[in-house]
Amino acid sequence: MSEAAAVDHAHGVEPAETPLTPESWGKLGMWVFLAGDAMSFGTLLAGYAILRGISENWPVPTEILGISLTAFMTFLLICSSVTMVKGLDAIKKGDQEGLVKYMWLTVGGGLIFLGLQAYEWTHLINLGLGLAENEWGDSLFGTTFYIITGFHGMHVTGGVIYLAVIAMRGKKGVYSATNWNEVEIAGLYWHFVDLVWILVFTFIYLL
Amino acid sequence: MSETTADAHGAHDHHEGGFWSTYVFSLDHKMIARQFLWLGLIMMVVGGMLALIFRWQLAWPETQVWGFEWISDESEGMPEGYVTPNFYNMAVTMHATIMVFLVVMPILVGCFGNFLIPLMIGARDMAFPVLNMLSFWVAVLGAVIMTAGFFVEGGHAAAGWTGYAPLSTVPEYSGVFMGQTLWALSLFVLSFSSLMGSINYITTLINMRTEGMTWFRVPLVVWSLFVTAILGLLALPILGSAGAMMIFDRVFETNFFNPAKGGEPLLWQHLFWYFGHPEVYILILPGMGIASELLPVYCRKPIFGYRAMVYAMLAIAFLSWIVWGHHMFQSGMNPALGSAFMMTTLVIAIPSAIKTFNWLGTLWGGSIRFTVPMLHALAFVILFVIGGLSGIFMASNVVDIYIHDTYFIVAHFHYVIFGGSVFALFGGIQHWFPKMFGRSMDEALGKVHFWLTFIFFNMVFFPMHILGVGGHMRRIYNPLQYEFLQGMQPINVMITLSALALGLSQIPFVFNFFATVFRWNAKWFRVLTQAVSGLVVGFIGYKSAAVMFEGLMEPEASTGGRIVGTIVFVALTVWIYRYLEKNMAPLGADAPQNPWDANTLEWVAPTPAPHGNFGPTLPVVRRGPYEYSVPGESADWAPQTEAIDPKYAEAGH
Repeated sequence: MSEAAAVDHAHGVEPAETPLTPESWGKLGMWVFLAGDAMSFGTLLAGYAILRGISENWPVPTEILGISLTAFMTFLLICSSVTMVKGLDAIKKGDQEGLVKYMWLTVGGGLIFLGLQAYEWTHLINLGLGLAENEWGDSLFGTTFYIITGFHGMHVTGGVIYLAVIAMRGKKGVYSATNWNEVEIAGLYWHFVDLVWILVFTFIYLL
Repeated sequence: MSETTADAHGAHDHHEGGFWSTYVFSLDHKMIARQFLWLGLIMMVVGGMLALIFRWQLAWPETQVWGFEWISDESEGMPEGYVTPNFYNMAVTMHATIMVFLVVMPILVGCFGNFLIPLMIGARDMAFPVLNMLSFWVAVLGAVIMTAGFFVEGGHAAAGWTGYAPLSTVPEYSGVFMGQTLWALSLFVLSFSSLMGSINYITTLINMRTEGMTWFRVPLVVWSLFVTAILGLLALPILGSAGAMMIFDRVFETNFFNPAKGGEPLLWQHLFWYFGHPEVYILILPGMGIASELLPVYCRKPIFGYRAMVYAMLAIAFLSWIVWGHHMFQSGMNPALGSAFMMTTLVIAIPSAIKTFNWLGTLWGGSIRFTVPMLHALAFVILFVIGGLSGIFMASNVVDIYIHDTYFIVAHFHYVIFGGSVFALFGGIQHWFPKMFGRSMDEALGKVHFWLTFIFFNMVFFPMHILGVGGHMRRIYNPLQYEFLQGMQPINVMITLSALALGLSQIPFVFNFFATVFRWNAKWFRVLTQAVSGLVVGFIGYKSAAVMFEGLMEPEASTGGRIVGTIVFVALTVWIYRYLEKNMAPLGADAPQNPWDANTLEWVAPTPAPHGNFGPTLPVVRRGPYEYSVPGESADWAPQTEAIDPKYAEAGH
């Protein structure tokens, strides 16, 4: 852009519309990726809705799944979104230490979430809810539960690694009050993962 | 950001990477484009061979396929060259899967998307070059998994390219074990490749257009690739998720699509077609874009209705999401819902017709140059119209009761995908070859290839309409087992003979392509090219004459047939040999910077375009992409970088 702009503004040159994300191509790239990823989750959730809708013996989720534990996990994930926002806010003000602190808090939130999910899974497997078997009714209840929460868990795992890298780079002093795009992009991803969890929590656990 | 990108590229301008970083793990969008082209062309050979094998079975059921008699009788697939029912199902399934996912998508979207988007909008590369490289290598991984399926026990996927459950999910039903799982896994992997490509295309086009390249100065082929990328971004993840469900059903014994355990086979159909109909437009939109690009160049006229073209593409893309039910009229759909899907489907005819009439409007009064790319673009328009019209029959749910899953649908989608996408693909290759490889493909050889392909394409696929209306099923191992189909067997034989001719017709293209890429212009090679091309035409002529002399169904030619055939053979061979001898330019000679006098930005770049595309400064755009034969201007073309004469500037805006 600016390179060409420096050349000349001869007659007849209309400026092209400004880039949607002039500060960083990666930001738009992340938004585009999230749109595609939303379709993957959407497909799984739509499949879930159809299978549950036609099922004659779908168990009542609240009777099998521990809602209070999951509600705590949801709360934790929302808190980690808040620390993510605080981290970005810190580096926008040039507070590198604040960024690192909040990033590790966010990573910690994700890790505890994963730990609780692992606990929940083992507990349910011991109770007799398997990927393809279910003592309380339709086997697809277990299948959709593990695949959708598992797919989300993979996203959390990816996010934890992603944010840990950001935290370590923050520690090295890569980011500053003028260079925080990567933090913001990582934040977009993390908020998306949280948002998806709220949908998953609503559809799989609560309804 | 853009400055740092430019600087980074500036620093790279002088470096000459090693073999691995230049040709294998290249980050340059033009090299990645060429890699996609090679991938697609190689897989096209595999897909084409599969088609010929099952065509043989349809014409001469349960006879030894010529050239495959040597196979051991213990072979699972083709013992002693006989096509077994399972092998037949596999060949049909894999022909379609390979052609859709590993030929048309890599070439039209992967190759042209990568090559054209940065060059035509005046960018130095894609927004994310590493992601771009990964997109190609993940596609190769998908291709390897797909190819591996041919070598596993039980054979490759055989449930049709649509993979309908539960045929595809219960191994005992089809006798296919590992193959179907690899098929689903490969599609899963390929959906990632597409996702990465789409992220790149969309970001690049939105953020990286050069100064003056406003949205409505973007060439139509780039618009089409942009719309395609949006469809790919949103549609391929659906296939990925559905493919994952299929893998779980097959490997971990879950019951997504198993009705006995509470699953729903129709769920697969819905997911597949909710992906599948946008996919249809992923396959055809770039073809439409290429035709819209080539017609103005070779008519020396502006495209008729530029904005209407753009809006029509956006309308098609939007509508493609609400028509998927028309693939499922026979799946027990409520007729009221079926009528709704019929309506949305017929509405797509409106933007498609806008595009068609705009192409005709572009041709009207143009100074047409009948170059090889132009011939392909014209063929695209003609064949797309035929394919589009037969689509209206399928869209009507009452008519569809009779022609659903017959050869009519086979004719329809081959007119669209082969007649549309593949002709556009060949035209696009020939048109952008100079910029891609720095040399021009030969026009005379290209014409031989074009006419043979055009004639035999129609001879293969047009009679299929008749077969379909006659009730010939789309998927049938041996048509002779039904009495009512036996009378139409000569049509099947003619189609197969034409299909063999269509396969042979690609030989001049192969010679043209390799000779140009590798600069093979030795005397002996030119003679070989002329001789082989002549012999191909002569051989086809011999067979055609023999068939006409004594009818289709006679296996052996009589003396009379042989004599007539031989005369035709000699005449055609000599004619083509002499034609090529006289008209073939030096093969692989350097191409000029702008051989077609075209306006768009890729022709402003040096040939072949270097790393970073445009030298030290990016081009600045001062006019639209199709300003050919502008009244008052001296030349009949003007690159987009040329300023409009101030005298006309006012009137023009």
